[in-house]
Amino acid sequence: MIIATNITKRFGKLIALDNVSASCSKGECVALIGPNGSGKTTLIKSILGMVVPDSGTITFNGQNISNNWQYRSQIGYMPQIGRYPENMTIGQVLDMMSDIRMHEGRRDNDLLNEFDFKSLLDKRMRTLSGGTRQKVSAALAFMFDPEVLILDEPTAGLDPVASEILKQKIIAEKKSGKLILITSHILSELDDLATQVIYMQDGKLVFHKPIEVLKHETGEHKLSRAIASVMVQCQ
Amino acid sequence: MKTFILLLCCFYYTANLANTIQVGKNEKISTIRSALELAKDHDTILIQSGHYAEGNLIIRKKITIKGINLPVIDGENKYEVISIKADSVVVDGLKVVNSGTSSLEDFAGIKLYNSRNVTIQNNVLIQTFFGIYSQYGRNCIIRNNTLTAFKKEEQQSGNGIHCWKSDSMQIVGNSITGHRDGIYFEFVTNSVIWRNQSQRNLRYGLHFMFSNSDTYVGNTFKHNGAGVSVMYSHHVKMFNNHFEENWGDAAYGILLKEISDSHIEGNYFIKNTSGIYMEGASRVTVIKNSFRNNGWALKIQASCMDNEVHKNNFLGNTFDVGTNGSLVLNNFNGNYWDKYEGYDLNKDNVGDVPYRPVSMYSMIVERNPPAMILFRSFMTTLLDKTEKVLPSLTPENLIDAKPLIKPMNL
Amino acid sequence: MKKIIKYVITDILRNKIILSYTIFLLAISFTIFSLEDNSSKGLLSLLNIVLIVVPLISIIFSTIYIYNSAEFIELLVSQPLQRKKIWLSLFTGLATSFTIAFLIGAGVPILLFEPTATGLMIIAVGVLLSVIFVAVAMFAAVKTRDKAKGIGITILIWLYFALVFDGIVLFLLFQFADYPLEKAMIGVSALNPIDLGRILILLKMDVSALMGYTGAIFKDFFGTTTGISISFVVLLLWIIVPLFFSTRKFIRKDL
Repeated sequence: MIIATNITKRFGKLIALDNVSASCSKGECVALIGPNGSGKTTLIKSILGMVVPDSGTITFNGQNISNNWQYRSQIGYMPQIGRYPENMTIGQVLDMMSDIRMHEGRRDNDLLNEFDFKSLLDKRMRTLSGGTRQKVSAALAFMFDPEVLILDEPTAGLDPVASEILKQKIIAEKKSGKLILITSHILSELDDLATQVIYMQDGKLVFHKPIEVLKHETGEHKLSRAIASVMVQCQ
Repeated sequence: MKTFILLLCCFYYTANLANTIQVGKNEKISTIRSALELAKDHDTILIQSGHYAEGNLIIRKKITIKGINLPVIDGENKYEVISIKADSVVVDGLKVVNSGTSSLEDFAGIKLYNSRNVTIQNNVLIQTFFGIYSQYGRNCIIRNNTLTAFKKEEQQSGNGIHCWKSDSMQIVGNSITGHRDGIYFEFVTNSVIWRNQSQRNLRYGLHFMFSNSDTYVGNTFKHNGAGVSVMYSHHVKMFNNHFEENWGDAAYGILLKEISDSHIEGNYFIKNTSGIYMEGASRVTVIKNSFRNNGWALKIQASCMDNEVHKNNFLGNTFDVGTNGSLVLNNFNGNYWDKYEGYDLNKDNVGDVPYRPVSMYSMIVERNPPAMILFRSFMTTLLDKTEKVLPSLTPENLIDAKPLIKPMNL
Repeated sequence: MKKIIKYVITDILRNKIILSYTIFLLAISFTIFSLEDNSSKGLLSLLNIVLIVVPLISIIFSTIYIYNSAEFIELLVSQPLQRKKIWLSLFTGLATSFTIAFLIGAGVPILLFEPTATGLMIIAVGVLLSVIFVAVAMFAAVKTRDKAKGIGITILIWLYFALVFDGIVLFLLFQFADYPLEKAMIGVSALNPIDLGRILILLKMDVSALMGYTGAIFKDFFGTTTGISISFVVLLLWIIVPLFFSTRKFIRKDL
């Protein structure tokens, strides 16, 4: 569904993405793992068209995404740090987004209901805590029933209850055959979710394997330990 | 029988003294030329309306010619139309059109040769080379005539009312448009120009040279190519005239060149490039005039001396006073300047600090004309403010020591 | 696109700055007109506001707004929207807000006190300068990533157009005083929108003075319908060109 071919991106001297190629298809839940500054977010942003790669191509459903924007209506994106116009209330942000996306299909309000937003709708964005903002981001990412979900550190800053709600939602969406791209530092979370693992370091894609293969190769049962042993091998 | 003779005598007498000769298509006499031959001194020729093209008509007798409903006297673009070569002639109510044009002779619609006590009134002159021309006229009246020409070039056009070496003329209530100069005076003395309208002439609305002791009152000079020019004369008096919209590099509300002992009072200078331009003028009094929305209200060149500028209103002019040097031998006192920013602590309606009517930027523009393009920019405003605090470019003693706080009712 | 413009405008209006700017203009205009004894003199004082304050506020506020909306822009870019439309909507929103603020703050008092040709020209120039400096600000903001640096650059741009440019021109005028510079000056004036706007106002305000000397050449150019049309086209170019380049830059920008 998403195919990245030989993506390279430099920010000045820093090479953020170095000849990265990857391919993800429907029904997969891809865990994007790597140390800080390994290029995970840049890769996600390239897929979203927020960062324009210096070379290489990304196709979405067979279509090149450069100079294309309609494909983004198939993507729900939850950024690492959700930032919204400070003067707007949660209600206004939600209305604005549905106004802008002009989504015609099913509207998924599960998260809105479960996070219990009703009492918060009139609060201005600038007054919200980091966790509440994350909830807004999560609700928005799932709201328009997209084919692809891109979640950048989804559980960072969420309380355990909300975190669990979100996890269950991700599992449900995976079951309904959607492609989910997820990055997280908390590897234990990914155990229940991921079907594939992409490991990145210094802008390079180190490996891209199904989780079972990885566990088998390293002889570990937990993703966190498997990754840890891989990291040791790499060094 | 007695009565009959008496009646006959009477008839004869009156007929002899002042005959009236009717000229017209349906009258016995159908041409003006034959009427002029028939007429004797003191006769009146009445011309019915119609079209008369009879070449150059020369009047050599003391007669009155009067038109009824503006009969048209046509010069067919070849002749001088009416030539007056006798005293005490009256020409009244004619429509004189299409005089000849010549570069050698000054053809005119109506021309006076060496005549006295002539009255030319209520005529309409259209497309004449010169309009009304007085050569050695004495004590003549030119009144309520309307003169219009349509030429585009100065060379092809003559002056509207042209007086040369004349004296005691009265030019009253005429309206002159489209000529070279509206009114032209050369060597004319002791005359009055009163309530004329001189507009849209190619060169000057009034052109005045070597003509002393003349007065002009209540005239309007508007939108002429070069405004009004008064040169090489003395004892000229100007009251209550309007000088408006005379626009151009060399156009002036009024140009005073080599003028002395003259008096300018109660005039209105509105929207001229330069309201008054003085060059070599001395002992001229400028008082109680109103200068509004001119480019330069007053330009006084350094060659002027002993002029007095008092009690005038300066309102909305781009520059109040311009000059080309630092020598100032003229007096400015008690004027109202709308740009004055001083104060009046003792409330006597006289500002307590002097006003400098010459702005720094007017000096800069004087030296470097293209700098006008930067006028009213933030930087030039700063320059002007600095100059007010520390004068360096502007003439030091060109000041109004008693500027008024409120404008006068003029 | 209409929707984004709507959200930009509501966002700007929620910001108190544009409201204070309107009130500030309104207060200044009414003070000027009621203090001066003749309103044409008031117009003259207002001219300085239009030529100095309007560009300054437009350029600085627009730059700050673009930097402060970074999150909003980021949010929009991740949505199924064309980048060009996002950028043009931001421009339209800012330009509309400033136009409305100027029309209410200065346009209404001018129409009330001095509805002359000069007054109308000041309104037209004020509106154009507002929009031009929004476009220039967006260009500066898209070029520089750092907010403090960006604001510094816009202040320098304003200083250049409002003061330094005229200083250079005056210097050149005196350096080359022996050459006929009138026609060159017409060309030079096109390089600074503030100057061009000022000359257009000058032609109405000081028409008598401009008829003399070199004025004739300026008048012959700027005074004709062709000249005025060309001037307005140049002013429009001052909007279109920065906007075109900033849009091009924004389309390729990494967020």
